[in-house]
Amino acid sequence: MAEFWSSPVGWTIITVAHILAVTVVLLLTIAFIIYGDRKIFAGVQARKGPNVVGPFGLLQSFADLGKFLIKELVIPAGADKAVYLLAPLISVTLALGAWAVMPIAPGWAVSDINVGILYLFAVSSMGVYGIIMGGWASNSKYPFLGSLRSAAQMVSYEVSIGFVIITVILLAGTMNLNQITEAQSGWFWNWYMFGGGLHNLPLILIMFPMGVIFFISGLAETNRPPFDLPEAESELVAGYAVEYGSTPYMLFYLAETANIVLMSGLMAVLFLGGWNTGIAPVEEFLATSAPAWVASLVGLLVYAGKTFFVFFMNAMVRSIVPRYRYDQLMRLGWKVFLPTSLVAVVVVAGWRVYTGLPS
Amino acid sequence: MALQAIAFYLMAAVTIASGFCVVSARNPVHSVLWLILAFFSAAGLFVLMGAEFLAMLLVVVYVGAVAVLFLFVVMMLDVDFAALRQGFARYMPLGLLIAGFLAAEMVVVATTVAGRGAAKDSAGPMASGATPDVTNAEAIGRVLYTDYVYFFQAAGLVLLVAMIGAIVLTLRHKPGVRRQVIMDQVLRTPKTGMKLANPKPGQGIDQ
Repeated sequence: MAEFWSSPVGWTIITVAHILAVTVVLLLTIAFIIYGDRKIFAGVQARKGPNVVGPFGLLQSFADLGKFLIKELVIPAGADKAVYLLAPLISVTLALGAWAVMPIAPGWAVSDINVGILYLFAVSSMGVYGIIMGGWASNSKYPFLGSLRSAAQMVSYEVSIGFVIITVILLAGTMNLNQITEAQSGWFWNWYMFGGGLHNLPLILIMFPMGVIFFISGLAETNRPPFDLPEAESELVAGYAVEYGSTPYMLFYLAETANIVLMSGLMAVLFLGGWNTGIAPVEEFLATSAPAWVASLVGLLVYAGKTFFVFFMNAMVRSIVPRYRYDQLMRLGWKVFLPTSLVAVVVVAGWRVYTGLPS
Repeated sequence: MALQAIAFYLMAAVTIASGFCVVSARNPVHSVLWLILAFFSAAGLFVLMGAEFLAMLLVVVYVGAVAVLFLFVVMMLDVDFAALRQGFARYMPLGLLIAGFLAAEMVVVATTVAGRGAAKDSAGPMASGATPDVTNAEAIGRVLYTDYVYFFQAAGLVLLVAMIGAIVLTLRHKPGVRRQVIMDQVLRTPKTGMKLANPKPGQGIDQ
């Protein structure tokens, strides 16, 4: 039997099953993340939020899904049909494809590649195409304005995200997400949010702000409030998605939420130790005496918990902070985050060379 | 191996077909989209050769940034399609000539490399297949920051000059335009930003 699983056919079956499992769990997570987002938003505003479909409104997302699916698909007369339909598909494919390298639990990444973090960066930088293409193909003013804004915004914030990621790569000495997570095992002060270990303790002054910059840039990269300029309701009606309805709109929405969860998960991996519990005795017990499935399960739960924590902060920012003006957004990206993260890269690199300590 | 061959021919065919579509598409925006597809399948070819670092860089830099700016500019321009098509026949011979030169060069390079083996004369480890314990990115980094460090720095300098040049060309300070000074706004306090007055009826306040 083991032979069959290592043969090409068996390998294909097992990989496809793995991908399906990750995707289905991810989609279910997204359904409840949307529900949670709306509940948090409502709670901050002292409303009840969705509470009709299912117990506590838990099935609201599935009702919405059904509604989107049975609606009629209307394509604007002047639209570029192929690009119009391709745009949401690209968005959702990239948003789900990015999860291929995410280390959700010890050894659970679908594809454990050496340049995992670069892959994630590449895929998230391509996410802008769905929005640009959708806005242009709609052949309408508001979507076009929204897509131009988003192109400028996402390209700007990618730069600072890239530099923040470089600081983490410098500390970890690898671009493999699994190894980055393993480098943060042990006590929680080994997490890169706190500088990555006691011998790197002074770096907390650099890495903590880097974590904050990554979080804020992640908000801008996923077009979340307070940086939701591409779809600012008060200015652009709904931005790039004005002319979309039915399933294509749902795909856009799905991709946006998947990207938000992805950014939260990436924050958890890069700065909050991924699937590490952060308590050294527990780590040791899981690694040596606990059965493998317990270690995996605990890792998965810890990773999910951290991701949801970051997402919760994300949702709180959405409900509390007012929207940025466009020039303020650009100023923050280019004049504040870019120089700060550039200096941080130099300082972290200098620290690594000066101390000469292993990562 | 058969799987790799299938993947190679598939991606090579997609690259060439999309490259052809770049020049033959009627709509310039479609051209850019085809160009992106060409970049992307070229990145796939890099992955097949074991150069995953280069592949990711290609996607990050060209697909993620350069092509976005292309698309941005092409969408903003009001392109006259008929005018673009004019003179196609006139420029055809020159274009074919240049294309012929490029094709000949590529054939020469490919046959030479195939004749003596790709990585035979190279100093450092090139692909990850040669030295499995060193990753691709590490191998490139070792060569780039030792043997080729001057070329690398010179390339960086050229880019810096280009960037400063672009800024100098576009930066204009118009006189008489009030600019926003963030520092002043942040440093404003109630004491400096507010004046309390108690005007008598019919008098108003003097500025």
